[in-house]
Amino acid sequence: MAYSAGFTPHPKVSYAGAAPTGVASEAEYLEIGVATHCDPARLRDLLDASLPTGLDVLEIVEAHGGNLPERLEASVWELVLAGVTREEAERAVGVFLAAETVEVQRMSKNGMRTFDAREAVIALTVTTPDANDAGHQGVDAGSTAPCAILRLVVRHTTPAVRPDDVLSGLRMVAELVTPTAAAVTRLAQGPLDTATDSVTDPLAPDRAASAEEHTSQGGEELRTGPQGGAEPVVEASNR
Amino acid sequence: MPVESLFPRLEPLLPQVQKPIQYVGGELNSTVKDWDACAVRWALMYPDAYEVGLPNQGVMILYEVLNEVADVLAERTYAVWGDLEKLMREHEVPQFTVDGHRPVGAFDVFGLSFSTELGYTNMLNALDLAGIPIEAKDRTEDHPIVLAGGHAAFNPEPIADFIDCAVVGDGEQAVLQITDIIRAWKAEGRPGGRDELLFRLAVTGNVYVPRFYDVDYLDDGRIQRVAPNRSGVPWRVSKHTVMDLDEWPYPKQPLVPLAETVHERMSVEIFRGCTRGCRFCQAGMITRPVRERSIEGIGAMVDKGLKATGFEEVGLLSLSSADHTEIAEVAKGLADRYTDDKIGLSLPSTRVDAFNIDLANELTRNGRRSGLTFAPEGGSERLRKVINKMVSEEDLIRTVATAYGNGWRQVKLYFMVGLPTETDEDVLQIADMAKKVIQKGREVSGSRDIRCTVSIGGFVPKPHTPFQWAPQLDPAATDARLHKLRDAIRADRQYGKSIGFRYHDGKPGAIEGLLSRGDRRVGRIIRAVWEDGGRFDGWSEHFSYDRWVRCADKALADEPVDLDWYTTREREWNEVLPWDHLDSGLDKDWLWEDWQDALDETEVDDCRWSPCFDCGVCPQLGTEIQIGPTGQKLLPLSVKQPATQG
Repeated sequence: MAYSAGFTPHPKVSYAGAAPTGVASEAEYLEIGVATHCDPARLRDLLDASLPTGLDVLEIVEAHGGNLPERLEASVWELVLAGVTREEAERAVGVFLAAETVEVQRMSKNGMRTFDAREAVIALTVTTPDANDAGHQGVDAGSTAPCAILRLVVRHTTPAVRPDDVLSGLRMVAELVTPTAAAVTRLAQGPLDTATDSVTDPLAPDRAASAEEHTSQGGEELRTGPQGGAEPVVEASNR
Repeated sequence: MPVESLFPRLEPLLPQVQKPIQYVGGELNSTVKDWDACAVRWALMYPDAYEVGLPNQGVMILYEVLNEVADVLAERTYAVWGDLEKLMREHEVPQFTVDGHRPVGAFDVFGLSFSTELGYTNMLNALDLAGIPIEAKDRTEDHPIVLAGGHAAFNPEPIADFIDCAVVGDGEQAVLQITDIIRAWKAEGRPGGRDELLFRLAVTGNVYVPRFYDVDYLDDGRIQRVAPNRSGVPWRVSKHTVMDLDEWPYPKQPLVPLAETVHERMSVEIFRGCTRGCRFCQAGMITRPVRERSIEGIGAMVDKGLKATGFEEVGLLSLSSADHTEIAEVAKGLADRYTDDKIGLSLPSTRVDAFNIDLANELTRNGRRSGLTFAPEGGSERLRKVINKMVSEEDLIRTVATAYGNGWRQVKLYFMVGLPTETDEDVLQIADMAKKVIQKGREVSGSRDIRCTVSIGGFVPKPHTPFQWAPQLDPAATDARLHKLRDAIRADRQYGKSIGFRYHDGKPGAIEGLLSRGDRRVGRIIRAVWEDGGRFDGWSEHFSYDRWVRCADKALADEPVDLDWYTTREREWNEVLPWDHLDSGLDKDWLWEDWQDALDETEVDDCRWSPCFDCGVCPQLGTEIQIGPTGQKLLPLSVKQPATQG
């Protein structure tokens, strides 16, 4: 583990685009500074073993420069709205997308803040759970109760537009009523591909660089690379 | 019968509360076992918020000791904050454990560890949230046995109506003994129901079951006698004492908290018990005799514990850590081993002498030297004789001079106000002492950039101490004395700005005093306070003195006693004290003699280095002092494997 310099050294860990409290996520990223070069796969196993159930370290990739937070341009979210029919949801989404701006309010540390929740929304679509659906957080498999699922692609802006801000917006412009709290899951984070309105792998440049080193230096990956300053990138999930 | 996790019902409530992570469990080294595979199941509670309760050593030790037994499971529960309590009541979610999120009401035993009496209202709230009747007499075979332990359990009378039993003393072996009795009773098909189980626990002489004892009162309100009400139940219940700490190296796998907590470090208890003989100190009196963990045992625990947790600080715990016979070797050994690994070492509870500075220097070899804490406790030399805290002013000044000379910038001095025989003059001497400390500090360090902080707590007389007969100073007089001292410090132009002053008002101490030395009649007050909304009495923002006074007046209206009777009244030699039938090993006559010695300003030595003073503990309980030095090494020498180079 690498530590910051100074009077009270802190471990070098930085969290990029951390999800808000109370939502699930399958795509969280953090950077860890290590003091000596180490095997990313082994580090993954050790970290994963020491984390609570439900927090999994999926993969560690060695960093090769560049700014990870800047690569996290957008997120894909899934919002499961129990008790809301597909028709209700589609109508509300239509009104939301047709609007130029949707002003919403959120309590922040400095009091109530008003901002636009519309512009950052790249895509917002509605589906319903399949029969015997087990793939969605918060979906009661086999239930016949109405349930709509929103898929939201949102650009990371300041202030950040969170899933609950979009829900506030749907309530504001289309009076969408959600009888229970929405079960929200982040599905992906990364660079935004504007051609397809999708989010791509933020670790792709690091993977490419690692692969190149691998090829050019005969596979002795752990003995090469920058000494004493390697920064593996951890991909974590708290689903 | 399968017990289902409450988590699916709890989870939707969590986004609506503060710090929801404190309720989710899953900490590193926590344990969830198969419910149906276990014969005896314990729910352990530290009756305060997660941030205070999680680091508690007692609960952590018992949790691990119990979970190591194949057919036993133990889970933890903490007091929930008001926001979640409201939602739990609204949605009918009962008190749950953070490990398996199982309902507390489904366990065989609901064990609570009381470090302080101010957790009593939180116990009532947890019982109520768990769906367990508040009063023990209303419980049936379907309810857990409610068991109290911890230092406050040495006088469990104020909560006698709410608990089924109490254990006094060390818990490691006691919980296993109780587990065996419950396992056998269940295997036999629960003969005789709850009453029979409690009887089997009571006849061991090690478990106090309040319902098997009657208390009679005199007309003036004092206790006439406390007597067992069925044959086979012993007159007195003895405390448990674990001998040979090296056989009990717990916690081996300390819990690593998920939410922020008050202590974020690994703690190793380097010895238990203390015979310094400070007369105000209940912990020192009730944990005798001194039993040291060996230097090897300490080294192994630190090594294994750090590997199991990844903590960056190790605390060497005890009531007076510098008194370990091999503390210098321990400190040097740990510093040699861990300083390069960014592992900090701390030594809480140290006494005032130069030896401590050497130790503190050793522990901060490469780190920062910010603050050192000393506890002279009494402001005047006379008062320190009364409380048997043998520190002369000369010693203190010499010690702080060494500290400032070694680069320490801040010294914190801890005192008490309201000690027996204390006058305004005794307390005002604290100001003089602080000034001398700053004067000496400036002289030695050649700098004006040094500080001294005076921190003062109100003295609360505790059961099983020589001061158990003493009158407690009332809140108004306590506050008046504190204000005089504050003014004396502030008025000093030369040194006043370098002296910090921290204190609490006297009101919480008065209620702590009521609960500490109370009898069974005090239970009514606790219940009334809880029903009136009282919770988290250890938190100044939640504690309401007015509520306690109002409820006490009402609950004791028909009794010849009141709040003052319990707190500011001096007791006579022949008074039956509410805790006399709980045997801490201390001979009551010895305690009385020590109380008389206190009033005569006569000091008593430490029996580790001088002949026995006949306090009674060793012969009464069949125990002995266990101290080193052992002459062993901290850890067997091992060579670190050099990293493979390519």
